[in-house]
Amino acid sequence: MTFRHKHILGTRRFSEQDITLILDTAESFKEINAREIKKVPTLRGKTVVNLFFEASTRTRTSFEIAEKRLSADAVNISASSSSVVKGETLEDTAKNIEAMHPDIIVIRHAASGAADYLASRLNCSVINAGDGAHEHPSQALLDLFTIRQHKKRLKGLTVTIVGDIAHSRVARSNLFALTTMGAQVRVAGPGTMIPPGIEKLGAEVFTRMEDALRGADVVMMLRIQLERQGRHLLPSLREYARFHGLNREKLALAQKDALVMHPGPMNRGVEIASEVADGPQNVILEQVENGVSVRMALLYLVSGLAPENT
Amino acid sequence: MTSSETILLDKAAIRRALTRISHEILEKNKGTENLVLLGIPTGGDHLAAELAAIIAQIEGEEIPYGVLDITLYRDDLAHKTIRPLRKTDLPFSPDGKRVVLVDEVLFTGRTIRAAMDALMDLGRPCNIQLAVLIDRGHRELPIRPDYVGRNVPTSHEEEVHVDFDRDLKACAVRLVKP
Amino acid sequence: MKTVIKNGRVVDPGPGRDESLDILIEDGVISRVASSLPDAGAEVIDARGMVVAPGLIDIHVHFRDPGQEYKETIATGTRAAAAGGFTAVACMPNTAPVNDTLAVTEYIKNRAAADGCVRVYPVGAITKGLKGETLTEMGELSTGGCVAFSDDGKWVADGDLMRRALEYVRPFGVPLLTHAEDTSLTAGGVMNEGFVATDLGLRGIPWVAENAAVYRDVMLAALTGARVHVCHISTLGSVEILRSAKKAGIPVTCEVTPHHFTLTEEAVRGYNTQAKMSPPLRTSEDIEALHRGLQDGTIDVIATDHAPHHGDEKNVEFNLAHNGIVGLETALSLTLRLVEKKILTLSQALSKMSLEPARALSLPGGELREGAPADIVIFDLERKWIVDPRRFHSKSRNTPFGGWELKGVVHRTLVAGKTVFSGSGATASCSEGK
Repeated sequence: MTFRHKHILGTRRFSEQDITLILDTAESFKEINAREIKKVPTLRGKTVVNLFFEASTRTRTSFEIAEKRLSADAVNISASSSSVVKGETLEDTAKNIEAMHPDIIVIRHAASGAADYLASRLNCSVINAGDGAHEHPSQALLDLFTIRQHKKRLKGLTVTIVGDIAHSRVARSNLFALTTMGAQVRVAGPGTMIPPGIEKLGAEVFTRMEDALRGADVVMMLRIQLERQGRHLLPSLREYARFHGLNREKLALAQKDALVMHPGPMNRGVEIASEVADGPQNVILEQVENGVSVRMALLYLVSGLAPENT
Repeated sequence: MTSSETILLDKAAIRRALTRISHEILEKNKGTENLVLLGIPTGGDHLAAELAAIIAQIEGEEIPYGVLDITLYRDDLAHKTIRPLRKTDLPFSPDGKRVVLVDEVLFTGRTIRAAMDALMDLGRPCNIQLAVLIDRGHRELPIRPDYVGRNVPTSHEEEVHVDFDRDLKACAVRLVKP
Repeated sequence: MKTVIKNGRVVDPGPGRDESLDILIEDGVISRVASSLPDAGAEVIDARGMVVAPGLIDIHVHFRDPGQEYKETIATGTRAAAAGGFTAVACMPNTAPVNDTLAVTEYIKNRAAADGCVRVYPVGAITKGLKGETLTEMGELSTGGCVAFSDDGKWVADGDLMRRALEYVRPFGVPLLTHAEDTSLTAGGVMNEGFVATDLGLRGIPWVAENAAVYRDVMLAALTGARVHVCHISTLGSVEILRSAKKAGIPVTCEVTPHHFTLTEEAVRGYNTQAKMSPPLRTSEDIEALHRGLQDGTIDVIATDHAPHHGDEKNVEFNLAHNGIVGLETALSLTLRLVEKKILTLSQALSKMSLEPARALSLPGGELREGAPADIVIFDLERKWIVDPRRFHSKSRNTPFGGWELKGVVHRTLVAGKTVFSGSGATASCSEGK
């Protein structure tokens, strides 16, 4: 089996075989992450630039640890929007970094399509660590990895995603990846947060969260952006918590052994009650742990392509 | 392009070679104390299992064996398309052990270099030995085997394949000429 | 000075003429249209195998002059127009400064007289600085040369202000042009709302933003009796609103751009900033409705919304990219695709690019009758060419049609009997003389 992607831009373009290879590879890295010496020399001499235009602790740290455990030289650039303010274009910023010959650029950016933009303009590999409301492939893959570990399969599972589907890259990447793997995906959220046409992407849309939860194998809660409150999207967090927050009663509608997931950071008491966030069904910290293994797998797989095969 | 192949060892010959290697391992290590076998996929892991079984028959004592994947330690990552990783599985700590690495075919020696690095990251063995079913020459590193099933002179372009049957027992060694 | 255009297929939509005729031009005016005209002592233009039609009129261009001359100037914009077969254009007021005073109107007219190679009609702003707050001096501006008023690019959101503008401008006999998009409903969107936007994670602009604005402005036309021309409609709903408005006798006209009747929102995939427009590219159902609207006369005019932008303004993240594309040099060929698909007859297509736009803004031109100014385009209907933006006469190259193979090549463009563009094939160059 071979991996034919030079870049990791989104799960949308992955086949079932691609995703299976990534998850299988991540299994091997999970074993390494359990060792005393959690480091292999695989990417020795390779330079990975983490180019983050949006603040991120979790994802950036996870990538950085993954890079270091593969012995790559990791460089962090928090560009925020400073270069935009200075008038530098994204292409110029990226070309400047590329002039220093990194092998991989990991990019996080507020604009949908930013990773595609870089990939079409640079020679090095590009890994999308989240672009606007488009995709966040490494998050979705670590979610699938965590689900597969617990459920031993993905095919035929019912996964319910609740929250701001319209503005969520996590929701999109999960939707694409899960449907590719044969899972049924349900989405639920306030009417203002369900994007038009989402059902054409394979999601079953529910207006009542309770209906979406019934019989679900996995419940994935999305982070609600607090700043949406009081705008037209959301009257209040209180109201959101009441209708779209996950608590013990609502979780009881799902399968008894349903997994509770959250990409973090959580707003306790808003989209997820503490009793659930800390409850026996939560695998939230496992998601974080698995993130390193999955990201190591992605870095390893994009590095393996010989130049003549790209 | 036509290719031709020759059977170098059949199942019985392989069995004889593995039995001899087992005796040599026991002789050199003066028994089974602290002795472990570590097979390198793909193939070496099956051979390690077979050797462990033969040693158990000879000595009446089980010895531990495991799998050591060396893919992440290879020096040719950028030149080969990616291959799926195998899981490294050591049911023991290598600290203070006499570790016999088991591989099917010894060629350039680069795999063994990678295996030693991989093993060192897992612990501190007392010593490392090498058992191979076939030594086909063309070493590129100063590495030599401690136990050899058969020395086979080959040209660089030829390939040596070890086949395994359904029980994962080695059943043939073939020399393929391009 | 006499010129005879011989042996061409003369297509004159007004009288519905389509036959092989000669045209005699004397002193910039069409003096005779007949067969086998004598050519002694005249310059002869052989138009054998070509279509000879009224010069095209584009009532929606942005020439960026004054203020953004790095994108386009009146000189380069009119050359692009001539190369595309246009003999007259109406240019929108969103320049810097905005065309909201007579001084700017005069500048445009003077610049056009000095550097332009086709007729340039300024469109004045409805409100000062396009801010949607106070009316411009539309009386003075219209007597000074503005042929219409528009806050193009922006909708006049204040309904009372738009009503008063219509009431005020009515006695001057010029129409108001409306860029009908309710910005409270576009709400930061960057492409059509729907499946593709959801797939790409881009914020959508719903059709209702356009329909609601079109409906309000059409109703204001009914209330005030003033003429409203709706710019670049893009939705099925807009076509339906305008169809019933026309049936009810409301004084409205409207236009569609070639890109809106050619491309769907799918063109945005890959975050293609060349497909970022305002209003956005819509769906295939909308395109079908636009085709029907063109067919049944609901849509009067094909206009380009020629919107030049520098490459740097498109070579950015999708949500930062500027809206719009250049259109003058591809409009005729894209419209001829509708003729090839039998959606329009050749005469209908040419009418919507000459006679109808002239009527909508009460401009001269659009016909080949004797006594009319000799604004004429001669083009090869069948000849194919590949769109190569690097060869555009426009200063800007922002087009989603690069690499497309199209039919229809302009052979010659005449304004007042003078050749302002001549060439053969896609490599044609603009004649430098005026």
